[in-house]
Amino acid sequence: MKYLHLVWSNLKRKKLRTSLTLLSILVAFILFGFLSAIQQALVGGVAMAGADRLIVRHKVSIIQMLPESYKARMERIPGVSLVAHQTWFGGIYQDPKKFFMQNPVVPEEFLSMFPELVLPTEQKQAWLATRTGAIVGRTTAERFHWKTGDRVPIQSSIWAQENGSRNWEFDIVGIYDGKKKGTDTTPLFFRYDYFDEARGRWGKGQVGWFTIRVADPARAAEVAKLVDQEFENSSAETKTEPEGAFVQAWASQLGNIVLIVAAILGAVFFTILLVAGNTMAQAVRERTGELGVLKAIGFTNGQVLALVLVESCLLTVLGGVLGLGLAWVMISRGDPTSGLLPMFFFPTRDLLVGLGISIALGLVTGIFPALQAMRLQVADALRGT
Amino acid sequence: MNESGTDNGALVHVDGVGKVFHRGSEDIHVLTDLHLQVPAGEFLALMGPSGSGKTTLLNLIGGLDRPTEGSVTIAGESVHQLSDRRLAGWRARHIGFVFQLYNLMPTLTTERNVELPLLLTHLSKSERKKHVAAALAMVGLSHRAGHYPRTLSGGEQQRAGIARGIVTDPTLLLCDEPTGDLDRKAGDEILKLLHALNREHGKTIIMVTHDPHAPARAARTVYLNKGQLSSEPLA
Ligand SMILES: Nc1ncnc2c1ncn2[C@@H]1O[C@H](COP(=O)(O)OP(=O)(O)O)[C@@H](O)[C@H]1O
Ligand SMILES: [Mg+2]
Repeated sequence: MKYLHLVWSNLKRKKLRTSLTLLSILVAFILFGFLSAIQQALVGGVAMAGADRLIVRHKVSIIQMLPESYKARMERIPGVSLVAHQTWFGGIYQDPKKFFMQNPVVPEEFLSMFPELVLPTEQKQAWLATRTGAIVGRTTAERFHWKTGDRVPIQSSIWAQENGSRNWEFDIVGIYDGKKKGTDTTPLFFRYDYFDEARGRWGKGQVGWFTIRVADPARAAEVAKLVDQEFENSSAETKTEPEGAFVQAWASQLGNIVLIVAAILGAVFFTILLVAGNTMAQAVRERTGELGVLKAIGFTNGQVLALVLVESCLLTVLGGVLGLGLAWVMISRGDPTSGLLPMFFFPTRDLLVGLGISIALGLVTGIFPALQAMRLQVADALRGT
Repeated sequence: MNESGTDNGALVHVDGVGKVFHRGSEDIHVLTDLHLQVPAGEFLALMGPSGSGKTTLLNLIGGLDRPTEGSVTIAGESVHQLSDRRLAGWRARHIGFVFQLYNLMPTLTTERNVELPLLLTHLSKSERKKHVAAALAMVGLSHRAGHYPRTLSGGEQQRAGIARGIVTDPTLLLCDEPTGDLDRKAGDEILKLLHALNREHGKTIIMVTHDPHAPARAARTVYLNKGQLSSEPLA
């Protein structure tokens, strides 16, 4: 630690050069932060998906609906332990650009199907007791400053009530949190019985998709096949897949973007390697005499090597920490697309990876100048000045 | 234990030292069969024409370089036989260097420069501070402790250089043309300072110099010519 001042003073020697190098490292790490947040938002759902859950949708497309009556038939299939359904409501609150999902569900089965949604018991009771009740995730509640007791108007782009009105109102009875960081806490869920009764003749008794819990995840594929067989040759055939695959299918459409950004990031880090490497090489070259003095004073070759390495690591880690920190601040302000990426955050794992990269960058850029400094003969170094 | 070292009490023994540099296919014999003994507490001036090998000899004594033949023994330690690593540690404990061009770190203040050799010791921060203050007081530079080298005059920079050289209280202080870059007045002050360090604090000093005033300050002057030492300047 007592050498830190010595290392630090060397970075201050050429302030402009150090600042520019630092800045370029910083920008690279901001980019890194955003990439990992976007990547997380796109493919994080796959990791969050339950291994024991299947999704049953209409064979033709997810937009086509399935009869609610399928539920009872699914429950009779061996290996199925729970069935819950959801329906796309397509609602707008105030501004169409402020997208978030709202689905009608059957509270009890829905909540036991998705234990990652954490709702206080008394709020759950309130939901069961309130026909027009809805629960909303913390993210959206905070976004619109909703509290329990609020009555919120939502206009559906799909569903009209019996009187023809598309304006629906729900009473917020609960706000849920995610058990894990990656849990999507933007959707609003309201009661299917209220929905089904209130909606006009069109679509009555129809739901969007089912989620099935299988008793044994190892037999999930088998159960999926049984489900699809059950509804074969009916008016609404089904397609059953693991929840992960379902999320994956949607994410892979965006996966290429991740690849492109990753390639850009690779190029950026390679450039940083050259920039920081050049800074360090110059720093050692112009300091030959001083390194000679240090050795004359009694610094060992190993200590001189370490001094240069620590200096290059200090440079890259400083840039890395500042960049990652700024990225974190910017990312924690939330989804920049206002709704398209509900799980937009900076995963701790990637934060640590970034830190690791910054250290590695320092070692790689510092090692050659450091070796050069280490091999310097004292007498020659002093004579050179 | 070196026998001659106990015989005549000399601190520095240079015995039959030769040094050959290779430049391309050419061999440069800088020192040949050179002998020198310096007793503890002596202030020795080493003079000689430019390129005669004074710096080379000083480097050998200070353990910055190794002789091609012969031995360098200081306070009983066969310096020429130490590994690079041990040699560095030995320099830290026994040798203080003062350079013609001061060679201070431009990025460190005077006191931080003087502190550098102490970083290699086990002294605590407050102990280091005390030693630095004492060394700066000894060279009369206490009032410049917090200043950067570029704001100091040449003479002041060399005082800082000397403070750095003596701060660990080394066995031997080696000065390579310490007044070579100073005007007459500043040079004289540095000579006076070294003289005082020798007389009042008992420092053993070997000083390479061109300065005609040096012999008057030094206890003994030797002359290097054609790879050999003599006590008389060449006519
Ligand atoms: N590393 C080296 N390689 C080749 N020649 C050297 C080297 N170091 C010193 N010399 C040569 O040795 C001679 C003595 O140099 P030096 O000891 O610096 O002389 P002085 O200090 O008396 O002026 C010079 O001719 C110099 O060129
Ligand atoms: Mg010289």
